[in-house]
Amino acid sequence: MSPRHRLTIRTLDRDPRATALVNAAGHLGITLPATVDVADLVFVDGPLGDDDRRRLHEVLVDPLLQRGTWELPSSPGVEITLLPGVTDTAADAVRHAADQLGIAVDAAATGRRVEFGGDVSADVADEIVRRLVANPVIERWSEGTIDPPHIDAPDHDGPTVETITIRDLDDDGLLALDEQRSLSLDIEELRELRAEYRRLGRDITDVEIEVFAQTWSEHCAHKTFRAAIEAVGEPDGDRTVTPLLAQLRECTESIDAPFVRSAFVGNAGVIEFTSGTTIALKAETHNHPSAVEPFGGANTGVGGVIRDVLGIAHRPIAVTDILCFGPADLPIARLPDGALHPRRIREGVIDGVADYGNKIGLPTVAGAILYDPAYTTNPLVFAGCIGTAPSRPLHDGPFPGDRVVVIGGATGRDGIRGATFSSATMDATTGEVAGASVQIGDPIVEKLLIDALVGAEDLYSAITDCGAGGLSSAIGEMAEGIGADVELDLVPRKYPGLDPWEVWLSEAQERMVVAVPPQHLAALRARCERVGVELADLGAFTGLGQLVVRSAGTVVADIDTTFLHDGRPQRSMVAAPPTPNRTESVGRTVADPAATLLRLLAHPNIASKAATIHRYDHEILGATVVRPLVGVAADGPADGVVLADPTAAEGIAVGIGVNPWYGLHDAEAMAYAVVDEAIRNVVAVGADPDRVALLDNFSWGDPRRESTLGELVQAVEGCCGAARMYNAPFVSGKDSLNNEYLGSDGERHAVPPTLVITAVAHVPDVDHCVTPDLAEAGNALLLVGETGTDFAGSHLDLVLGAPKQPGVAPPPVPDAPADYRHLHAAIRAGIVESCHDLSEGGLAVAIAEMCIGGRLGADIEQLPHDDVTTALFAESSGRLIVEVQPRRVAAFLKVMDGRAQRIGTVTHDASLRFPGVDPVPLAALVDAFDGGGA
Amino acid sequence: MSRVPAVVVAGPGTNRDRDVAAALELAGASARIVLASELVADPAVLDGARLAVVAGGFSYADSLGAGRMLALDLAVGLGDRLRSFVDAGRPVLGICNGFQVLTRTGLLPGALGHNAQGHFDCRWVVLEADRSSVSVWTAGVDDPIHCPIAHGEGRYVHPDPGALARNGQVALRYRSTNPNGSVDDIAGVCDPSGVVLGLMPHPENHIVARQHPHHRRGGGGERHLGLRLFDNGVRHAKEL
Repeated sequence: MSPRHRLTIRTLDRDPRATALVNAAGHLGITLPATVDVADLVFVDGPLGDDDRRRLHEVLVDPLLQRGTWELPSSPGVEITLLPGVTDTAADAVRHAADQLGIAVDAAATGRRVEFGGDVSADVADEIVRRLVANPVIERWSEGTIDPPHIDAPDHDGPTVETITIRDLDDDGLLALDEQRSLSLDIEELRELRAEYRRLGRDITDVEIEVFAQTWSEHCAHKTFRAAIEAVGEPDGDRTVTPLLAQLRECTESIDAPFVRSAFVGNAGVIEFTSGTTIALKAETHNHPSAVEPFGGANTGVGGVIRDVLGIAHRPIAVTDILCFGPADLPIARLPDGALHPRRIREGVIDGVADYGNKIGLPTVAGAILYDPAYTTNPLVFAGCIGTAPSRPLHDGPFPGDRVVVIGGATGRDGIRGATFSSATMDATTGEVAGASVQIGDPIVEKLLIDALVGAEDLYSAITDCGAGGLSSAIGEMAEGIGADVELDLVPRKYPGLDPWEVWLSEAQERMVVAVPPQHLAALRARCERVGVELADLGAFTGLGQLVVRSAGTVVADIDTTFLHDGRPQRSMVAAPPTPNRTESVGRTVADPAATLLRLLAHPNIASKAATIHRYDHEILGATVVRPLVGVAADGPADGVVLADPTAAEGIAVGIGVNPWYGLHDAEAMAYAVVDEAIRNVVAVGADPDRVALLDNFSWGDPRRESTLGELVQAVEGCCGAARMYNAPFVSGKDSLNNEYLGSDGERHAVPPTLVITAVAHVPDVDHCVTPDLAEAGNALLLVGETGTDFAGSHLDLVLGAPKQPGVAPPPVPDAPADYRHLHAAIRAGIVESCHDLSEGGLAVAIAEMCIGGRLGADIEQLPHDDVTTALFAESSGRLIVEVQPRRVAAFLKVMDGRAQRIGTVTHDASLRFPGVDPVPLAALVDAFDGGGA
Repeated sequence: MSRVPAVVVAGPGTNRDRDVAAALELAGASARIVLASELVADPAVLDGARLAVVAGGFSYADSLGAGRMLALDLAVGLGDRLRSFVDAGRPVLGICNGFQVLTRTGLLPGALGHNAQGHFDCRWVVLEADRSSVSVWTAGVDDPIHCPIAHGEGRYVHPDPGALARNGQVALRYRSTNPNGSVDDIAGVCDPSGVVLGLMPHPENHIVARQHPHHRRGGGGERHLGLRLFDNGVRHAKEL
């Protein structure tokens, strides 16, 4: 073993991580002394001489910022390093530096050191490290100096392939096998597998059984969305429901939307608004990983969805994120066993999103953050990506003879069984057992992948990303019906000792699989070499229909791809759709509307998200024409964001709709409402309502519970109904089910029905976009849409408490599509000065946000409803406030076909006035809004 | 009139190279994005350029300090060629990560530490050119430049900022808001000759008026474009 050297690097000024730690400890009720310090550790194994150490020191330590020492620290501290097998990108940098300096290094690793100073007891120090600093899922730590840090490959007995005598197992044996290997397969599926191998007359290998577990996982196979569903208990009697995925597809096919190029096929949807340029869009969930390792989970969630867009041959141009967390102020005592605190999850997730997007160089532009106690144990992370490409025919390979080529990072024991893990219910032990399911992303490698692959579209016949299920999923899907023959030993490894099934299933990040006609292989290799990304040629697509995987001279898997993809027995499920109240509306009475408005503005769901938005680079590429923050002080919320190349006339708008609280009362109404909200957001900013494409993301509880599946059925039916109503097709989607947590008390905690709709729409004239910040005093304010007594699931109820009979959730608005077309015409005609949609908190919150954006007042003279509480706080869909110059009110009303009501005037007076309500000072609005968020 | 040949230097993880190329093109240069490894393999590429920009991003993921590995690549790979480029009076610009790289190569003074607020920050800032600066990039820029920052390690550190200013090397200062705790509000510094400029903010993201966040409200405008810095650099290169 070569000698080990360790360099401890400290900052001269206070390390910001130390400050963050003191703050975070404060939230846990622990006061840390100001002496807390954090240092970086670099471990190098190799025969370094004094001169070598001096030169390494020179590169790694900037004397104006830091000091470094090769001596062991004498003061007490806790040191943290990554677990074996977890990617250590900083160690790569150390090796690179040594290489450039011509210093021979055998191995490198990095870590960090926390010193508490003062009189912090070992117990408190351990709790701080455990709760706030390290994550046992990816890291280990010890008091004093950590030695030896795990530099070398994890110990392993050497690659082996097991065979499993599945043919001989009875049902109990099958279930035991399922549990032992965490397969998450149904008994029907296990029986089918047993029957298949009885037919084949041989045992199944561990590689094969893992391939089936992955391919047939809920995550990859969408078993619920493809299931035969019987809906029971509805007033009109039982009925057979068209499988959910088929409903969405049929819905899109029934909509006349000539701009759709590809829907529900491949990695992402593809649309073409402007002839010559196609747009790819996709949104994904990364919920389970984010619950146990928030940074890595969110990080790789973003990385994965970017690869989806790259995996349909488009250059990624923007990222979106919608995040759902438990309450940030949850008392520690109420935190369920094994769960991370919502505040820590939030910090980690936001850091993870920011880290990936910022480093890969994509603007994170649109999003939302929602808080609800039901998300405490099941935080939700929705990441989306949009890409563009010059129009070309979609890739239609692979073809027999094409090479099976993997490009990108090396494979390690990361993310093993992530697909099955993501399909299971979590409990207190999930964090421990799921360790290997979590990965750390490397956005730089993915940036190199983009550089290598964008522009190489003519060099491959098919492309897909390695996501859940790794090579197994990527190559398995590409080989469907055609077959492939691959040599596993050619897959680049991070370290030796991996079993074949681990290599095949590993979800190591930042890898793409491409089918390359042999004559193009050299050209693609040259592109990869130029940017410094690894390419491995694993074998060929054969045309024989079998998926053959080889390792160490033997066949470790030989699977009929038709059986693999079509052999899974269709799941039969029963749904019991609830019967929502849609007729008995119930009003609310608010004693002090002004104070209530301020409470709503300060509610974390509504309050400013500026602190988070500023953590994301939303300026890179120079294309963000309408930003997520708008107005005089850049603190007003935008509706949609608009992206356009700096000199382009046309662009695209992105809008988000999400409201799980409606879903608790009426899942179908929720679907209509969030589709409406997403579309309204893009229309409000200047997009064409007749050129909108939609993405769906469902995060639900366990669909085997009939009521939960019933809500899912209603939500899908609502999505399809809304898509038809607005003539806006779904082009891609993703479902994440089993977002449940089994508490140590035996209680199941499920997320509320959470449907996120992303709308991407065409903006014909980017120079005349509209934002919600009020423009000028004296202008007229008009309301588009009608206000009803719709309070079920409202934020008024979240703030003041819901009555026992909450009434109705906001119902669909059949007039909305026509209203939006008229409004769009008004925007194109230049009549609209500002415009804002009404959502959580209703009219009062919307007009307040417009005042904040423009730092102007408003005088609301005419309420849109006789009941003041309904007028101010009801959340009826389909409504927008529009600011128009007084002399153009008549013109506006004409364009709107009379379907708008003048409600007030913009004022210089720094307050917001409603009839019969105390004026609310603008400063109070700003304070409430800016003070309540994160 | 022929366009000024310019190179945009990128490393693994550089991500604003295309933004810089767009700015250079708009300013009248002919921009080519080259990887540091390509420059090292074929230094003639550098010799053929009249202007060079080290673009922003996260070269080598900012591991163990922003810009250090790319600076090492350039220092080891190019040796004195970068110095000679500067000695020939050809303008060099380092933006964000590029600024961090240039301080580490020794072409620019000082260093960039973690932001005072402790995290990455993306927001628009206002920059004022110091009229006593010798920088060719900011000469004659009388109106404030508006553009965004997007960095986590942008706190400018220098042991003697007063001396730096007296020497004409403080090129740009943050006006009204210092977004990262930089000493003396310094946003950009130049070398003693004035041909090398480094700055943390991103002028390449304000090259047309509509990119300004207040464009719709009548804010920004041609006078405040970040493009003006590129105009200056390209003009200077053209006159060489």
